[in-house]
Amino acid sequence: MEGLLSLAVKAIFVENLALSFFLGMCTFIAVSKKISTALGLGISVIVVQAITVPTNNLILTYLLKPGALAWAGFPEVDLTFLGLISYIGVIAAMVQILEMTLDRFFPPLYNALGIFLPLITVNCAILGGSLFMVERDYNFAEATTYGIASGVGWALAITAMAGVREKLKYSDIPDGLQGLGITFITAGLMAIGFMSFSGVKL
Amino acid sequence: MAQTTRDLLVDPMVDNNPITLQVLGICSALAVTSSLTVSAVMALAVTLVTGFSGFFISCIRNQIPSSIRIIVQMVIIASLVILVDQVLKAFAYEISKTLSVFVGLIITNCIVMGRAEAFAMKNPPVASFLDGIGNGLGYSLILLMVGFFRELFGAGTLFGITVLPTVNNGGWYVPNGMLLLPPSAFFVIGLIIWAFRAWKPEQVEKREYKIQEAEAH
Repeated sequence: MEGLLSLAVKAIFVENLALSFFLGMCTFIAVSKKISTALGLGISVIVVQAITVPTNNLILTYLLKPGALAWAGFPEVDLTFLGLISYIGVIAAMVQILEMTLDRFFPPLYNALGIFLPLITVNCAILGGSLFMVERDYNFAEATTYGIASGVGWALAITAMAGVREKLKYSDIPDGLQGLGITFITAGLMAIGFMSFSGVKL
Repeated sequence: MAQTTRDLLVDPMVDNNPITLQVLGICSALAVTSSLTVSAVMALAVTLVTGFSGFFISCIRNQIPSSIRIIVQMVIIASLVILVDQVLKAFAYEISKTLSVFVGLIITNCIVMGRAEAFAMKNPPVASFLDGIGNGLGYSLILLMVGFFRELFGAGTLFGITVLPTVNNGGWYVPNGMLLLPPSAFFVIGLIIWAFRAWKPEQVEKREYKIQEAEAH
């Protein structure tokens, strides 16, 4: 239990997907103009991340790993090279299913999150979460924790960023830095802030 | 189609750069640029994937039903990325370790998807291939610039060869460790964007909020 808790804290703050691995940057920059939309997108990322990382973990353990197909009578088969294509397939399918379920059973939630869901398929943070899960060899419990926590970390980062940008538009910024340029520099400063959770190592 | 081959290749490098203007594909641009060798490998991989995915998607563009086009594009891109990943693991294992998940993340690199959707679905294969390569080169340009600054000033080397001898090795240059850390990539890209826009003022974004001129009292 303690291990899981420290994993969660690490995934939210120290190894924040957006600010220390730069995942999901395209959406991070594009959709962080208003706090309300940023929060909506953040919540959708948490939900999708919480579903896809554990699912991909199961797929890896029972279908792709060397020897994983032993239950089907093929103990020598190693399908890990199909990893990338299966993960992205799972993510695209999950997002689609989630969209349909929300539309059918929770229309208000669908109206709030609906527009963000298609964006999420191509959000690197989602695929990145699954790939980190594979690379670090998490088991099912760890994968679930990591999925939720990394989603929370991303949501936190984009909401904070939107808060900064809402104020920033009233500042007098040099013409060339207007918009994209200053957003990058702000993100850099935020990343330094997040690094202090682990202690800046120079 | 009035665009010439040259336009397809050169236009995305400066006038319509995918990173500084279209805000696409930034994710990986930031994470892998702490050394020039890794940046170069990544740039090459992305350029090839963008070019070939444009080519193949354009070849079958008339057969793809529009309702499932995203997933078809995704499968083509993912297959190409698997190819790149396997080649890197076989011939450049050390670099593939450093790139870790970022090779896989080429799949969700918005440049590849964006060009497939915006260009390859409407244009013939050869033009799409060139457009892909052009956009890949635009991405490579920024990636190499960031990699160059970060490695040169962060470690005093270029491609691993010492250019500025550091104090630790008996030289004179005190390396700026900050530049090897992730946040510096944001600053370098922000400054590159500033430089680009100072050079090409028509790329400057409009202010959302006009600051009122101070009145004389």
